[in-house]
Amino acid sequence: MKVPYSWLREYCDPGVAVEELAERLVMTGSEVERIEVVGPPSAQNFIVGKVLSAEQHPDADRLRVCTVADGEGERTIVCGAPDVAAGQTVAVALPGARMPGGEKLRTAKLRGVASEGMILAADELEVGEDHEGILVLDEALAAGTPLSEVIPLAEPVLEIEVTPNRIDCFGVHGVAREVHAISAAPLAADPWAEDVVAAGEGEASDVASVAVEVPELCPRFTARVFTDVTVGPSPLWLRARLSAAGQRPINNVVDITNYAMLLTAQPLHAFDLDKVPGGALTVRTAAEGEKMTTLDDVERTLDAETVLVCDENGPTGIAGIMGGQVSEVSAETTLVLLEVANWNGTNILRSSRRLGLRSEASSRFEKQLHPELCLRAQVVASKLMVELCGAKLVPGTIDVVGVSWPEPTRLRLRGARVSGLLGMEIAQSDQVDYLERLGFAAEADGEDLEVTVPPDRHYDVTREVDLIEEVARVHGIDEHLPTTLPAAAGPVGGGLSREQRLRRRAEDGLRDLGFDQVVGWSFTDPREPARLRIPFDDIRSSAVMLSNPLSEDQSAMRTMVLGSLLDVAARNVARGADRLALFEAASVYLMEAPPTGRNVGTETTNRPIGPLGGEFRGERAAPVAELHRVAALAVGPLGGRSWRGGGETADFFSVKAVLEALAAQLGAEIAFAPEPEPFLHPGRAAAVSLGGVAAGWLGEIHPLVCRAWDLDAAVGFEIDAAPLLGAAGAGEETYEDVTTFPAAYQDLAVVVPTTVAATEVRATILGAGGELLHSAEVFDLFEGEQLGEGRKSLALGLEFRAPDRTLTDEDVGGLREAIKAALETIGGTLRE
Amino acid sequence: MLERIEEIRAEAVAAIDAAGSSAELEGLRVRYLGRKAELTGVLRGIADLPPEERGEVGGVANKARKELEALLERATEAQDAAELDSQLLADRVDVTLPGAPPRPVGHQHLIARTTRQIEDIMIGLGYHVAEGPEVEHDYYNFTALNHPEGHPARMLQDTFYVQSHPDVLLRTHTSPMQIRAMETQPPPIFIVVPGKVYRRDSDATHSPMFHQMEGLAIAEGLTLADLKGTLLAMCQGIFGGERELRLRPHFFPFTEPSIEVDVSCFQCGGSGTLAGGERCNLCKGQGWIEILGAGMVDPNVLGFVEDYGYDAERVQGFAFGLGIERVAMLRHGVPDLRRFFDNDVRMLEQFS
Repeated sequence: MKVPYSWLREYCDPGVAVEELAERLVMTGSEVERIEVVGPPSAQNFIVGKVLSAEQHPDADRLRVCTVADGEGERTIVCGAPDVAAGQTVAVALPGARMPGGEKLRTAKLRGVASEGMILAADELEVGEDHEGILVLDEALAAGTPLSEVIPLAEPVLEIEVTPNRIDCFGVHGVAREVHAISAAPLAADPWAEDVVAAGEGEASDVASVAVEVPELCPRFTARVFTDVTVGPSPLWLRARLSAAGQRPINNVVDITNYAMLLTAQPLHAFDLDKVPGGALTVRTAAEGEKMTTLDDVERTLDAETVLVCDENGPTGIAGIMGGQVSEVSAETTLVLLEVANWNGTNILRSSRRLGLRSEASSRFEKQLHPELCLRAQVVASKLMVELCGAKLVPGTIDVVGVSWPEPTRLRLRGARVSGLLGMEIAQSDQVDYLERLGFAAEADGEDLEVTVPPDRHYDVTREVDLIEEVARVHGIDEHLPTTLPAAAGPVGGGLSREQRLRRRAEDGLRDLGFDQVVGWSFTDPREPARLRIPFDDIRSSAVMLSNPLSEDQSAMRTMVLGSLLDVAARNVARGADRLALFEAASVYLMEAPPTGRNVGTETTNRPIGPLGGEFRGERAAPVAELHRVAALAVGPLGGRSWRGGGETADFFSVKAVLEALAAQLGAEIAFAPEPEPFLHPGRAAAVSLGGVAAGWLGEIHPLVCRAWDLDAAVGFEIDAAPLLGAAGAGEETYEDVTTFPAAYQDLAVVVPTTVAATEVRATILGAGGELLHSAEVFDLFEGEQLGEGRKSLALGLEFRAPDRTLTDEDVGGLREAIKAALETIGGTLRE
Repeated sequence: MLERIEEIRAEAVAAIDAAGSSAELEGLRVRYLGRKAELTGVLRGIADLPPEERGEVGGVANKARKELEALLERATEAQDAAELDSQLLADRVDVTLPGAPPRPVGHQHLIARTTRQIEDIMIGLGYHVAEGPEVEHDYYNFTALNHPEGHPARMLQDTFYVQSHPDVLLRTHTSPMQIRAMETQPPPIFIVVPGKVYRRDSDATHSPMFHQMEGLAIAEGLTLADLKGTLLAMCQGIFGGERELRLRPHFFPFTEPSIEVDVSCFQCGGSGTLAGGERCNLCKGQGWIEILGAGMVDPNVLGFVEDYGYDAERVQGFAFGLGIERVAMLRHGVPDLRRFFDNDVRMLEQFS
């Protein structure tokens, strides 16, 4: 909302510089975005002049040499306007004047003739867009009169970002009332206090009629009729005021409707009543698919909820949003019907969004105006119609009330509640002052107040707490509010949940292992699963789709973190990175809770779980399944290249070690099994389980997928956080005695067929070793001719221990025989 | 016999003195003190001597043996030390070479770091951390937060909706968790809610995805002044103990009264001017930086959770929300919001 300061001061002059007022507005809740100066930066050297003569320039066809009286004498001004003529009273900028934009005017020779000033057009003063003709002023003005006495120059305009609740401040008068409230400067009488005398003939209802078919969508429709209207340009003051307020002057009738709207916040619409057959208007909803052309020359297709104002031939305007061309006011118009109506805000908001058409009118109507505002705007506009268009008001206001509006709201404001909510005292007499200045009526009843809400605040102030806000902000929150912390009822013992602590641990763990954390986009390209070679019927191919994405390639919610990591890796590689270790801990989104089974967790994680593991879940489950994931991707070497070698490109086992270390940091038991994934190297892919629960995958990225992202090679993993945290024993460990009795250590070399997995060998040994075998870890792998085709040798380190004694050679020897026997069942032999 | 012992002793002493390596010394030990050494033989043969000689010969021989033992030990020690010294000298490395292989150092994303920092401040003030879904019901994102259907306040936030589910959207703020939390836990409640939020807007100052931190406190007798104190403690935790707050009334549908909060600029100390006299670029000479929105929880919001123990006449409280990216940008001089999601490792690695 642009509020020219001179206009504001007409109703309430706080008597301070505009900057000071702006500061005060900001601190009481009206956000002043900027103060813009319209017109020249200073009023100095702008005067009224009289053109005494205007002769053709001797050397230029398009220029005239004028003699202009400036109040002190005569001066020569060269002017390019074709319409300059002797006898005109004009606006003159003298040398030294600063033009809008700051440029300083100097005496200049134009084709050999010195020009001592400039005769101004409207746009040069920013009082309109007209550059064609010069600004011709009232001839009663004396030459030499400062121009600032005729129109505001260097006009400060407050640009206020009005919050949607304060519909009253979408009008200059509402802002003036606000200034009155916060400054206590006097407020002028309401500009609608006195109506104009109806000098026309007959009754409005003789020439016009209004029928409202949809009363709930049009609670009130008022209309006045004016005869003898002369359409023409508005006077300078009006054009200047509208221009400063950001509204383009058009003609006096349209300008009057805009002026009245900017003043009262209530939009109006003028019809050329001669173009309304029979003068009959009907308010109805559109037929589905009905079309009409709006004032902006666009044909609009309407739906059945859009409200129209129609004549007997069809729509003349979209109610509350934009008029139509049919009955537009033109230079020939003499009979005007002025519509001031009240519309259902929700309906206007819906229709304007649907049509993608937002106007000054709709932006006000959508916030729900009060029906009582209609006549305010009628009165303000009527006066100007008579004054500026020579119009005669036909007696009688057509007033169709569709829904009678509610009685003014009466609220009780409890004194104890004011201090109880704010934590500061505001004297009752101050409360009354503040409320009355804001237009409320307030009556004391003991400690409390009985308050009546004015119509302009009817939909905004509906409860006691709204009144508390009003008194608090006028009183001065920043200035007076004490600083306290919650006392008796304060918080007790904050902290993270165990899951949150473990998640932090997991993130820190990956960081300690050399991985950089990234934050990827939740949005992705719906074609991403296909790029990852994921089949169509995989649940990871049915993403949550957005109905209004910013672009097609951001229209799906990701079902895997992998795609984001590949994106980040590709971008960094393109920028020259040759070593990347990235991780992300974030959510993926699946349209439906995934079935239990591999890659998606167990039954307990089958529900859409919050990362909190169910805490603060709320009554309604999350609409889609959101799974918190931990994913990592390595490109190039994990450790850097060094003067001592190293720098081998990360492969399956280097990243597996990372995942194992992560699991170990959380005390989670982790296991791997060969398992293909469409986006992984088929021979280097594993399913990961944590604590026996399927959790995700680990593997080298399929070369075709790498190629799709312009990467040479990459290796990574992606696991669900829930099973990781579920399996984590960190923080819950109990003591085990490993010091009283020493352990016995033995290494075994086992030769098995190549097809036997290391885990199987290990499991067989552990099974045969029984309770006394504490651990068995593979530490070497050997394949060679001496073993024979299709065989490999695994070396394992075994740790035997008993909780109650030191093991003897016989104990261990016996177990060794048992292990040997068990290994034979899987085709294995011990190398002695 | 005694002369012979003296001869051996003198010869051995001279030989030990002359020895140049620990190997040589070991040879001398075997030669003079070993099992087959002459002196050892003398000592072994003492029993065969006539009784009157035994005492003197035994004494002299033992003394000589002890002396040689001590000499050898000292010489060996000295020799070992000298040899170690020269060995160590030979093992000298160029300590200015980089460690090898280089141990990779990972980096925490600035968003994660800032989130944690604020979480920790609030945990210190007695808050718990609650997290909730990003794809959310319209009910939690708008309706229960006092944004009725068709209300223009919904227009303030351009919302992403989910295809063929008109009531499902990407949350536009972390505030839906206010309702979810209150449905789950009766008052008193003190929580912060970090997380991703989404708005349909993209330019240098708007990202369609960004992060917020919500705060909610509901108990008996909480006041707007308590909100101010809590926010002051939080902002001082983030930006330093000297910070001050400025509260401007504002409008949010789910708080009443509502305020916007500015923090005094931590670069210029709130003066708007830098030491050199030029205008502070961080606060643009204002001395204040807008940092968050807050207010007293609107009774209408409590009305939606009345059945869970939230009677607006009995309990009241406050809520606030701040942008994580904004805090991170201010604290670390990041000029453009989009840098956070670009994930250029050259940027990531600037923040340890």
